This record gives sequence, C-alpha cells and structure tokens, in this order.
Amino acid sequence: MENQTPIVEIKHVNKSYRRGTHIIPVLENITLDIAEGEFLALMGPSGSGKSTLLNLIAALDQVDNGIIRVGGIDITVLSETELAAWRSVNVGFIFQFYNLIPVLTAFENVELPLLLTGLSRRERHEHVELALQVVNLASRMDHYPGQLSGGEQQRVAIARAIVTDPTILVADEPTGDLDRVSAEEILGLMDQLNRDSHKTIIMVTHDPRAAKKAHTIRYLDKGVLNNVHSQAAP
Amino acid sequence: MYILKLLLRNAFRHKLRTALTILSITIAILAFGLLRTFIGAWYAGVKASSANRLITRNAISLIFPLPLSYKDKIRQIDAVRRISYGNWFAGIYKDEKNFFANYAIEAKNYMALYPEFVLPPDQKEAFLRDRKGCVAGRKLVERYHWRIGDIVVLKSAVFPGNWEFVLRGIYHGRDESTDERVFFFHWDYLNEALKKTAPRRADQVGWYIVEVTDPNRAAEVAQAIDKTFKNSLAETLTETEKAFFLSFISMADAIIVAIQLVSFVVIIIIIAVAANTMAMTARERIGEYAIFKTLGFRGWRIAGMIIGESLLITMIGCLIGIALTPPAAKEFSKIVGTYFPTFRVEIETIYIDIGASILVGLCAAIIPTWRALKIRIADGLRRIG
Repeated sequence: MENQTPIVEIKHVNKSYRRGTHIIPVLENITLDIAEGEFLALMGPSGSGKSTLLNLIAALDQVDNGIIRVGGIDITVLSETELAAWRSVNVGFIFQFYNLIPVLTAFENVELPLLLTGLSRRERHEHVELALQVVNLASRMDHYPGQLSGGEQQRVAIARAIVTDPTILVADEPTGDLDRVSAEEILGLMDQLNRDSHKTIIMVTHDPRAAKKAHTIRYLDKGVLNNVHSQAAP
Repeated sequence: MYILKLLLRNAFRHKLRTALTILSITIAILAFGLLRTFIGAWYAGVKASSANRLITRNAISLIFPLPLSYKDKIRQIDAVRRISYGNWFAGIYKDEKNFFANYAIEAKNYMALYPEFVLPPDQKEAFLRDRKGCVAGRKLVERYHWRIGDIVVLKSAVFPGNWEFVLRGIYHGRDESTDERVFFFHWDYLNEALKKTAPRRADQVGWYIVEVTDPNRAAEVAQAIDKTFKNSLAETLTETEKAFFLSFISMADAIIVAIQLVSFVVIIIIIAVAANTMAMTARERIGEYAIFKTLGFRGWRIAGMIIGESLLITMIGCLIGIALTPPAAKEFSKIVGTYFPTFRVEIETIYIDIGASILVGLCAAIIPTWRALKIRIADGLRRIG
C-alpha cells in the first residue's frame, strides 16, 4: 500500500469550532496520505474528530488551515459552487442513517446524483439499474425507503454512492444503525467494491468488526491522529 | 419531469397540512375575488358611461330641480347634438324591499342617447305612443314575472300616490356592463299629473343629458352650458357622465377604501398561512436539503425546489379559488343584485388573483429558502437520525 500514489493527501490540517466565545479545537495538525484503492478505517472515541476529518476529506466542511488534496486537486481553495460540482463527481457518500429521500423510490434515489450529469434519461436508467444490480436490489427498485429494511436502505445508499463512479467513497458509521446480519452484508458489499472495483474507501466506525474489513486503521484521539495499524486484506 | 414529480410528492407529503393550507388559500382567493368584484360592481356605472354624454344638474345639489325651459337654451349651444332629461321617481313596487331604479324620462331623445338599451322597434313604437307606457330591463321583468301589456303600479315617496304604468317594452343590454334592472316611463305623464296636483313642481326636471358632437369638445360644451345659466335662479353644474357617476361613488369613498384594504389584508393573511406551512416544511426537511447539497446540488436547485413547492401549493389553492369565484359571485349577486346590477367577475380580478398567488408563493418561500441555503452541510446532516 505504501508504494501506491496517494489519492488523498492531508497536510497539517487544523479544525476548530466556535461555541459562543469559546473556540474548541477538533483536529490538530493532521497529516495523512490515503493511497488509491485503499480501504481505511478511522476509529476513535466519540468527539475525537473522526467524522469531522471525514467531512473535510469529502468537502462537506472547510479547514481552518492546512491542505487537502484529492486526486491532485486542492479542495481547500475551491469555492462553495466549485465544491458542489467537485463532490458530485468525486465523492460517494454512505451515512449511518442512509439519508435517502423518503418520497423517492429506490430507483429515483439512486438516479438523484445523475441528474447533475449530462446523461440522457436512458443512460441514467442504465447506470441506475447496474448500480442496483451491484447491491443486489434490482428487484426492489420501485420500493420507497419506508418499504425497505435498514440493510436494504443502506444498500440503496451504496448504489447511490457508486452510481456516478466517484474517486472515493466515504462512509460514516455505515453499520451503526444495522443489525449484525445486515451489517455483515453491507461490510461485505463495501469490501467487494474495494476489491473488485478498486474503490478507495474511507470509513469512520466505532465497530471493531467493521474496522477489520479495512486494510488500514487509524485512530484519532482528541483531534490527534495516532498510530497506523495495517492489517492484511481478508 | 423528475423535479416536478419530486415537487408534487413533497407538496403532499403531509396531506392534511397541505390540504388545510390549500383550503385557506382557496378561501382567501375567493374572498379576495369577491371583494374585488364588489368594488368592480361599484364602478360599473362609470365603466358603462359614455364619453360623449354630459349630465347637467342643479349646481347646489342633485335634489334641486332645473327648469324645463333650460332645454332649448342648451340645445342651441354649439356642438350639442341631442338633449333629453329625466327625474328620479323613487317608486316602490308593492313593498319597499322591491327596490329598483325608476326614472321619468323624455323618451324619444333618451332612447337615442342610450343605444346600449336595446328595445325591439315595435315595442319602442308602442312605448312612444302610450303616455302611460313604461319600459323595463330584462332582468327586472324576469324578477317580477311581468309580461308585455301588464299593468305595473308604483308608489312614490317623492311624488305621492299610486302610479299605473303599462309595460310596453323590455330592453336588453348591448354591453355586459349595461344595467338591465331599470324602469323607465314618460316624463310627460308625471308632469301632467303634477300640473294638476302640485303645479309648483311641474315643468321641472332632475337633470339633463346632453350629447355632444365630439367627445373632445365635452369640456368646452360643459363650460358653455354652465356659463349660460350663471347668476340665474338655478345655476347648473355640467360634467361628463363618467365624472357624474364618480361623484356619486366618491360619497362612499371611505367604504371602498376600507374594502380595498380588507382585500389586501386577505393577501397578507394568506402569505402568513403559506409561509407558516413552508417554514414548517423547510424546518423538517433541513436534513434532506443537506443531503441534496452533499450530493452536489447547488443552491439555486434547492431554492427552486422550495419555491416550486410553495408555488405549487399556492397555485392549486388559487386555481380552486378562481374556479369557485364566478359561482359564488352569482350567488352573491342574488343578495346584492338590487343594488349592483352588474356583479360580474372581471378578467382583471382573475389576473390579480394569479399575480397575488404568485406573490404569496414567492414570499412564503423566502425565509425557508434562505434557511436551506444558509445551513452548513455538516450541521444539516447532524439533524438526521
């Protein structure tokens, strides 16, 4: 892994939040490279800054200082509009609570990111069907999120995340709201995406079983990135 | 298509709330439409007025008459084509609640002066021939089920006694704004009776109607008429028919202004109702807007979704309200028809309804849109779960 080109480069990143008159440091001098095709797990106690770091990598939040490059692009200098366009192409998101739009069917939820591309309706439909086949949900494409189980909803979310073929996949506690069986399915699916499609995955998790699927585990504690723990790919 | 589908589904996500909002907007648009129609009905006489007709009345007040002898003097003024005259009769048919306008007129010229009162030639001839004859508008005749040849008896407070008339003609309006509830009879009939019963009131007219050859010379003719009778016992005030009606309406200016204010208050109320719905909606969906932003949707697309949903809800309410206004106005006209001969929903009212609804939809979406655009993605996502 160390010899591969980093797809994500994080250099001396600091991030703090203001609460009233208090400034609360969340991340301190974070430096991290993530290689292309890597499956990285970020672990740490609550409030350690894992999700904040993930949000910064995915351009959902902005650094106080430091540099984050993804695919060679310094995303810290992009405007809000440029970041929106960049995210739509480069990042696939998987959240703990799936974050599907309840009034849209599974098919329509997966189609959502493709509306921002120049694809024709027919092309969009082909992509959506393929993504739903990858997550093995083609048969339930006309169901609304409320008609699907938690595991199925998360699979729809994964299909939505991969449908644009993004550079990186970011997952924030993807199994946090699932039972054990569904969690295993989701982790298996992510592992498959990493192994077969060489997707770079950055996952925040509390769950040691989930972290085991990753190639590398990094621990955050009180905003500081600690040791590297590499593990053999299963 | 996708976005329209999303708008529709979002709009009806909370069916009861949306239905109640639409109902509120419908009622408000209906009320607004009826109030505007009411104001329009007030101005119906002004709309129906002709630019080449002048009204000459006593300068002190309309209740004071003018001598019949003025007729020939006015007729001699340059640019006067035709002249007629009339008296307000204040007749009551059977009961005081049966109110309708009734005038004693010099019929021959009056008919020529008012081509908008269309009378079949044979009926016109019969009316002109019969001194006790009268003519009534189509709606008035329908209301009292009169037929040609019927004897109509009016009791007048101004000219005491029971007055018998024979219905000789039924006119209909040439224009939609023409009043079809007026009753006319011969001024001569009234005057002859007055000569016998109240000679001091004979040979007096309430007002003259003067037709000018060129509407552009109306002001000049009006001045000439008033100058002719300057310093006489009955000085005149001559004005265009439109100004004459407006002077009537100005007496009720405060009421009309109040009604106009109420109609705009109604709009403000529906803005508040729709804004409340949209504010609740946006607050509930702030997490979803964060998801859209996460996926790369830009501010204008999210704003479009909120504004679109707001407009969709208000326009549904507006269209139902517009559809209900004409039948409601028809029912309303049954109650106030005696006082407002034309109670019709004008096309301008519908345009104002649509314009007001668009304004309401846009105003209601301002704060929710601003909130949705301002929310940081990370903060928005934190609200989910």
